[in-house]
Amino acid sequence: MTDLYTKDHEWVRAEGDLYVVGISAHAAEQLGDVVFVELPEAGKTFTKGDDMAVVESVKAASDVYAPISGEIVEVNAAVVAEPAKINEDAMGAAWFVKIKPSNASEIDALMDEAAYKEFAENS
Amino acid sequence: MAQTLKTTPLHELHISLGAKMVEFAGYDMPVQYPLGVMKEHLHTREKAGLFDVSHMGQAVIVADTHEAAAKGLETLVPGEIQKLGIGRQRLTVLLNGSGGILDDLMVSRPDADGRLNIVVNGACKEDDYAYLDEHLPAGVKLERFDNRGLLALQGPMASAVLAKHAPEAAEIKFMRFAEMQIGDITAVVTRGGYTGEDGFEISTWADDTQKLAKLLLDDDRVEPVGLGARDSLRLEAGMCLYGHDLNPEISPVEGNIAFTIGKRRREEGGFPGAVRILHELADGPSRLRVGILPAGRAPAREGAEIQSTDGSVIGIVTSGGFGPSVGGPVAMGYVSTEHATTGTDIQLIVRGKALPARIADMPFTPHRYFRG
Repeated sequence: MTDLYTKDHEWVRAEGDLYVVGISAHAAEQLGDVVFVELPEAGKTFTKGDDMAVVESVKAASDVYAPISGEIVEVNAAVVAEPAKINEDAMGAAWFVKIKPSNASEIDALMDEAAYKEFAENS
Repeated sequence: MAQTLKTTPLHELHISLGAKMVEFAGYDMPVQYPLGVMKEHLHTREKAGLFDVSHMGQAVIVADTHEAAAKGLETLVPGEIQKLGIGRQRLTVLLNGSGGILDDLMVSRPDADGRLNIVVNGACKEDDYAYLDEHLPAGVKLERFDNRGLLALQGPMASAVLAKHAPEAAEIKFMRFAEMQIGDITAVVTRGGYTGEDGFEISTWADDTQKLAKLLLDDDRVEPVGLGARDSLRLEAGMCLYGHDLNPEISPVEGNIAFTIGKRRREEGGFPGAVRILHELADGPSRLRVGILPAGRAPAREGAEIQSTDGSVIGIVTSGGFGPSVGGPVAMGYVSTEHATTGTDIQLIVRGKALPARIADMPFTPHRYFRG
């Protein structure tokens, strides 16, 4: 199981022919206590870079972008019901959506964990 | 960037406490400490939070007599200053010629002489001082206290914490103040604050501010609290943040802070924009600041459009976010007066969607002041 990352601090993980998407632990820490999450409905399609979801802390709202193009197949209702999960387990239980990719080659452009770590430290 | 920012006497302490620093009012200020905004907010409501508010402007207005100083200031504010008692503090507003608010400020009277202490917003202080210098009448002068620091100790345990070092602090009533020794530090201690909780604002010489902060933080009941929680606390308390909820276009009547206009002043006028303000007091303003409770979980932030249920635009959100003590989103904003009644159903436009909300009474969390 390899985690890949975007420069906008989303993570992407292969699961069968789908990709699970969330926000990185680093992003969750930067946001602080998350109090609200808005996720897209299943069935919606996005192009890489589109506004896909919103996370809000006490202070501010942040957009979450589609890390790859494709169709939303499944949405994590548990994280909507309990946004604080994002601060507890951003890389696990607090996944956002599962995407059926429409352009699998976009995966190649994502960063691996080592590259992301370096990026996050310097951004 | 960092070298152009001003710092408060607590700057080193903020860094050593692990604060996340941001620019605010030209100062490098702590937005949060490692505890985080949510826990800092809740800790303040449960125990006691310590805030660095040294960026605020402390100054004194001086004349030969109290009457001269008070009459001088009254030419620029609508508050009753002449009858302000010794040891008392009052909130008022600095007005421009059209009755718009240039700043909200605290005025206090330390003695029988011609001094009036003021505390103004950090982001406004240079403009305020220039305005006062220009408009105060002859014989009334402004002197800045740039060499003083200001701490706020807020929360239900604030009194017990401070009384450990200065027993007389516990006896001060809301909006009164006294000079006292806290340990070996000389301080002016005012009961009040910006959270809705019981608490104090403590002014000291800047050289003593860090020492006092450390003394108060030594108490297990006290946590340092940053600007993030300061904002969510004051929002829940229904208090205005200048530059957001108040600005030079807005009068104190529209701002729903008409209590800053003294009874005698309503009869006599004699403050900037009196014609407009007295007219608004008599006939009602065209718009009013109100509390707003979104029905769902999504916060509505500053700038969100307010619509009536039929979709017509009736106003704008000026502060909004998540209220940790309320446990949900809270906001305030301006609506045209016919829609300002508590309980009125409205909708807020957030990311292009109309979210149901209603006009609500403020504060969202009850004030818990010590009135003796």
